[in-house]
Amino acid sequence: MVDKGLTLKGLTIKDLTMRTSAHLRIGDQPWVKWSLITLALSLVTLLLLVPLFAIFAQAFSGGLESYIANVTDRFTLHAIGLTLFVAALTVPINLVFGVFLAWLVTRFEFPGRKLLITLIDIPFAVSPVVAGLLYLLLYGSNGWIGSRLMDHDIQLMFSWPGILMVTVFVTCPFVARELIPLMQQQGKEEEEAGVTLGASGWQLFRRITLPNIQWALIYGVVLTNARAVGEFGAVSVVSGNIRGETNTLPLHVELLYQDYNVVGAFASSSLLAGIALLTLFVKSFVEWRQARQRQALNEEEI
Amino acid sequence: MSLAITSAISLNPSKRVLPGFALSLGISLLFISLILLLPITGLLLQTAGMSWNEYWSVISDPRVVASYKVTLWAAAWASAFNGVVGLLLAWVLVRYEFPGKRIVDALMDLPFALPTAVAGITLSALFAENGWYGSILAEAGIKVAFTPLGIIVAMSFTSLPFVVRTVQPVLEDLAVEDEEAAISMGGSDLTVFRRVIFPSLWPALLTGIALSFTRSLGEFGAVIFIAGNMPYVSEITSLMIFIRLQEFDYAAASAIASVVLLASLILLFLINIWQAFYLRRIHGR
Repeated sequence: MVDKGLTLKGLTIKDLTMRTSAHLRIGDQPWVKWSLITLALSLVTLLLLVPLFAIFAQAFSGGLESYIANVTDRFTLHAIGLTLFVAALTVPINLVFGVFLAWLVTRFEFPGRKLLITLIDIPFAVSPVVAGLLYLLLYGSNGWIGSRLMDHDIQLMFSWPGILMVTVFVTCPFVARELIPLMQQQGKEEEEAGVTLGASGWQLFRRITLPNIQWALIYGVVLTNARAVGEFGAVSVVSGNIRGETNTLPLHVELLYQDYNVVGAFASSSLLAGIALLTLFVKSFVEWRQARQRQALNEEEI
Repeated sequence: MSLAITSAISLNPSKRVLPGFALSLGISLLFISLILLLPITGLLLQTAGMSWNEYWSVISDPRVVASYKVTLWAAAWASAFNGVVGLLLAWVLVRYEFPGKRIVDALMDLPFALPTAVAGITLSALFAENGWYGSILAEAGIKVAFTPLGIIVAMSFTSLPFVVRTVQPVLEDLAVEDEEAAISMGGSDLTVFRRVIFPSLWPALLTGIALSFTRSLGEFGAVIFIAGNMPYVSEITSLMIFIRLQEFDYAAASAIASVVLLASLILLFLINIWQAFYLRRIHGR
């Protein structure tokens, strides 16, 4: 009796502690948990994994040789070059702007600060076709600025400067959007201490701010690059789609697809999908680094 | 000089201490004016040059009105679908441990990272009648590619991460005490979810759905490949603008674009006001 009671008691206590950790959150019964996980994984497979796999399956459906032939085609190579060129110019422009804007809105209080933060989101909300149209109206040969430039034989639209301009437009929020919440959360005490020690503006940024925001900055750059490389709607309005001249890689994909060269279209797509996968990888890595940084900080404080 | 700075700090701590205010304000305002505001003004000027009657006849053209309806309905269905699926995915990613979780979490952003044209041709190939999905659905008598259903598919794909990424952090920070109390008082899982968890979750869920809706309204690249683009049936408004441009009818394109721009700006401001409002409410507690 006593023995049994003891074991029961022992069991009960163990059972109770088990329950407190296991049962005070809903949805933790194994059947609920595993059916939700199964459902979620099936959806992820159908919605994300299969499409991703399909890109590469189609790209290689003609064998490796035809894949290489497609990727090294003269027009494809030109499209890759133009796309990388535009991205290489877009990223530094938006990097500088994003850092200055983030510094402005997180380090100073001034009237109109909130409006500025909302304005920077406009490119996220505007349809890419509308974005392209905005630039075409202003800088096109009939446009207010474009017609004046035409008098000096400068043509921005239907050539690479136009593509660059709309790409800068659609990607300008990314760096700022990554930096603002982080810099807000970190506060400005460290930099203010630096000022009292006599640091110059550049020293402050280089020695205090940059180490704190480097990972968010990298992710902002990667996002800017991914979108710059992949922009379709806005670029398609201002490019004129001249093969071998103003055709970016996403536009080239469209052109090949409409020419019924499906394998070629997917071969070019696989390059873009590769950049997308790289972006996801960098994002995970950055988040892992940030989590480690936070953990190290917490341990220091303890 | 340094004395002046130090005395400024000690005398008035709320005064701007950090350097670079004028420089960063100058650069930001110049950039925003040139890149954002000037082009938008250009569009307004272009439409202002039209008479009201011209403007109205362009934006109320039956084919254009049909495109508004298709776009709005498809975006509504896509964001509703993303609301349900996104909530499920966020829940599973926050609450449970399972093998491959980190890969699934990373993969969640694929629709944002993948160029929309690539998404468009991929979905179009998958849902075509001889495609992997299309052939199975065809046996059930469902046609997706080249129908409005295809537009919904493309819009859901490109805006899937919004709900997951807005709900996830809120779910992570949810106070366990309320949930524990409700369970110990004998609430069933569904009741606890409905009465305790959902009330603190729905503002984020609604934000995610609204962001997904806004993005879907403007989606172009992914949609045009799968939609079939039949006038009055599966033509989205962004494509209408594009078609008018190809006809060199800049005035009509601008008029339709002004409607789209106004709608997306209103949505953007509403979402921002809403977020500020509910964030204050949460932090105020």
